Amino acid sequence: MEKFLSFDDIKRSLENKETDCKAIVNYYLNNIQTKAHLNAFVEVYTDSALEQAAKVDEKIASGKAGRLAGMVIGIKDVLCYQNHEVNASSKILEGFESQFTATAVQRLIDEDAIIIGRLNCDEFGMGSSNENSVHGKTLNAADESRVPGGSSGGSAVAVQANLCTVSLGTDTGGSVRQPAAFTGLVGIKPTYSRVSRWGLIAYASSFDTIGVFSRNVPDNALVMQIMAGPDDFDSTASRKPVPAFSELLHFEKRVKVAYLKETIESPALQPEIKANTLAVLDRLKQEGHQVDEVNFPLLKYILPTYYILTTAEASSNLSRFDGVKYGYRTPNAHNLESMYKMTRSEGFGEEVKRRIMLGTFVLSASYYDAYFTKAQKVRRLIKEFTEDLLSKYDYIIMPTTPSTAFKFGEHSDDPVAMYLEDLYTVQASVSGVPSLSIPNGVDESGLPIGLQIMANSFKEAELYAFANYLTKSNSN
Amino acid sequence: MMLSADIKNKYELVVGLEVHAQLLTKSKMYASDSTEFGNLPNTHISVLTLGHPGTLPKVNKKAVEFAVKMGLACNSEITRRNIFARKNYFYPDLPKGYQITQDKGPICVGGEVPLTLPDGTKKSVTLTRIHMEEDAGKSMHLVGEVDTLVDYNRAGVPLIEIVSEPDIRSSEEAYAFLMEIKKLVRYLDICDGNMEEGSLRCDANISVRLHGAAEYGKKVEVKNMNSFRNVARAIEHEFERQILLIEEGVEIVSETRTFDATTGTTASMRTKEDLNDYRYFPEPDLSPVVVSEEWLESVRKEMPALPRELHAKFVNEYGLPEYDAGVLTDSKEIALYFNELCEATANYKAASNWMMGPVKSYLNELTLHISDFPIQPNRLADLIGIIDDGKINFSVASQKVYPEMLKNGEKSPLEIAQELNLIQDSDEGSLRPIVESVLAENGAKVEEYRSGKKGLMGMFMGQVMKKSQGKADPKVATKILTELLEN
Repeated sequence: MEKFLSFDDIKRSLENKETDCKAIVNYYLNNIQTKAHLNAFVEVYTDSALEQAAKVDEKIASGKAGRLAGMVIGIKDVLCYQNHEVNASSKILEGFESQFTATAVQRLIDEDAIIIGRLNCDEFGMGSSNENSVHGKTLNAADESRVPGGSSGGSAVAVQANLCTVSLGTDTGGSVRQPAAFTGLVGIKPTYSRVSRWGLIAYASSFDTIGVFSRNVPDNALVMQIMAGPDDFDSTASRKPVPAFSELLHFEKRVKVAYLKETIESPALQPEIKANTLAVLDRLKQEGHQVDEVNFPLLKYILPTYYILTTAEASSNLSRFDGVKYGYRTPNAHNLESMYKMTRSEGFGEEVKRRIMLGTFVLSASYYDAYFTKAQKVRRLIKEFTEDLLSKYDYIIMPTTPSTAFKFGEHSDDPVAMYLEDLYTVQASVSGVPSLSIPNGVDESGLPIGLQIMANSFKEAELYAFANYLTKSNSN
Repeated sequence: MMLSADIKNKYELVVGLEVHAQLLTKSKMYASDSTEFGNLPNTHISVLTLGHPGTLPKVNKKAVEFAVKMGLACNSEITRRNIFARKNYFYPDLPKGYQITQDKGPICVGGEVPLTLPDGTKKSVTLTRIHMEEDAGKSMHLVGEVDTLVDYNRAGVPLIEIVSEPDIRSSEEAYAFLMEIKKLVRYLDICDGNMEEGSLRCDANISVRLHGAAEYGKKVEVKNMNSFRNVARAIEHEFERQILLIEEGVEIVSETRTFDATTGTTASMRTKEDLNDYRYFPEPDLSPVVVSEEWLESVRKEMPALPRELHAKFVNEYGLPEYDAGVLTDSKEIALYFNELCEATANYKAASNWMMGPVKSYLNELTLHISDFPIQPNRLADLIGIIDDGKINFSVASQKVYPEMLKNGEKSPLEIAQELNLIQDSDEGSLRPIVESVLAENGAKVEEYRSGKKGLMGMFMGQVMKKSQGKADPKVATKILTELLEN
């Protein structure tokens, strides 16, 4: 029988002394073993998780436990955890152990969360299917012939298959929201800068965020409120105070919601997803909310803008992996230049190399203005449009993805088709606004559908409250 | 082919300099690691310095202040909202694969460095910019080792790069510019200014053109000059090399050349075609550093007196010759010592003479720094005072009292003079018998003097001094001698 499906469940069981943290960890360890073929975990911290569980049990007994006592968390293989290996699913970080812990992870540990292991993902967060991983692919537990989404595929499946209570992923262009949609979970990308990036292995610095996967909105809100906030280690982290999201979930006001015509009318959109999205909009109208259709003429520029800017940053962020200081170094080189070339050719996967090449190209002197400078300008336009719209409307609603989970190999030969997976998620990434995906029914094959909600920057509290309201009315 | 003066004179030299100054902050530009020099390799290397994945830079506020100070000293405009940029290239001594620097929007824009050339000519060199960046590590190729070793202690040490306009027209001007930069950074206490140890580094952009030409010639960048003298040598060499090529009808190519100090010549390193494309773009890992009005004001308040300000004060207020002012402001510590000295005495010229004479020679002889000088300015002022009061004369002061003061800086010069029984005798009543006895003992010389050999006065004076054990006040003694001899 499935247990511990929410943190409330866990807390109740702990309070009633029906269980203890050790038993909870053992329960998940057992699940991980049973579902090992899903390949969600890259490494399970069996010993340290049990050790930590014993410590938390003592704290509970002495009444000194933190707010996350009893919560068991898996972390994406791009988050640093002191004295633990971290690979970003890349051969180039083979054997690399981090010497420090990411701020976001540390804050959870400080509240007595138990870290149970690290989770598979696309290499350096680059991918939408979790197929680009040195650790192999992760299977979608809803249909094992299908992808879990990416790049945080392992993080999604770990919660989907109840291998941990919640998990951390990272979202640069949809890497939390898209897999959340594919696995029927709640997944948030917070406002850019809301959560410190210290200890997050960078893909594209001005887009990267750390997000949360959970089965329900309250668990998600609680973890986010603890992770978020100013951090001396990250000068780009926002200084804004963080509201107690999990205590602000009550929702009863009437709100204004916009949906973007071009997103609903896109020919690429799977019919059931369109129908389910429209059904939510109808329900909102019926419940007295204002729902307006809005034009979004910039939609077609979103993906090019996103891919130009993220690959540019990635090409530079990944320069440090050169075989000189740590990680993989080719055994075959005969001089410095060949060491660089062979190390990077052998160490990086195809998709990462493609993006490094793209990024190097758009930053090169002859093409800089045509691509990078122009994309920066368009980014500003998209951001202004989105923020302006979100000053007039409380929320923007759209599908999280154009399709439900696709089959392994389906987009492997066509990177552009793969990039189209991000069509709906990159607007929030380019604009920096928070965005969340919640389950919105299933398609004809029974595959989960996601609904995406965006709010203006730093309005995570409003986003969670509305999501909480929507998930409740959805289950009616 | 030798270059004749005639041909050389047809051409004008055009030079712009790029000077890197290593800042004297305790920690690195974007990390808290120590910047201490001379430690074992790879001992100041945190995860940040090594560019470990997941790390993020953090700007050193002190380094920003140091850059602002240099800008204020050069009358640059200070940029309020500073963004950083990445300069991308691969090299083992560059841990992240990019250097965090400033591209568009350097912290200091424009400005000038006024110079005085050895012949007294004044000239001002305009600055293009001063920007902040981080140093790279050091690659070491050890003899007999196949591998290159890298020491990352220096990686991330803060630098400012000072870029001049192509305003420099001779190697002397380039030398003077560098000396002025060195003087400024030392006055500001932001860099030790030591080019031999690499805390100041200089690249030169050199071109030539016919006098009167409107366009600049193709410029050549020369690197690896590790002393001020070598910068001047490299410029001289390039000037002639480029003229010779033009005279032979060969076009100058834009390239980077390296200077060889042993031969005094330059050699091509790389041409423009294979120059790196550094792919600069705004550093997304750092939020902009805003220099607020208050911050700027607090830096301004901390600004020490600048060499040109002290120079002007010494000339205008203390009435010193330009030469004295130049020597005295060469080093900040000497200038400040002298300034303090002048607050304790009004005889500025005497003060200057003491500084440039006995004080400097003592320091030079023992290769000491003025901070090691045992005599405090007020004590030196006391010494000048008792000379002016006629209590001792200069030679007694410099040969007897001053050496004692050097041994015991605490003691007042008057006390020393008294203890050594050196106080001058100005009393006519006691000097007259001494003069009389000298004249009596030298009857023949007195006759010679009276018959016109006036030069003997010095000899008489010497005898009086000897008899009085150096204590006779020369003025009074001369008066008595003259009186007795002329009668």
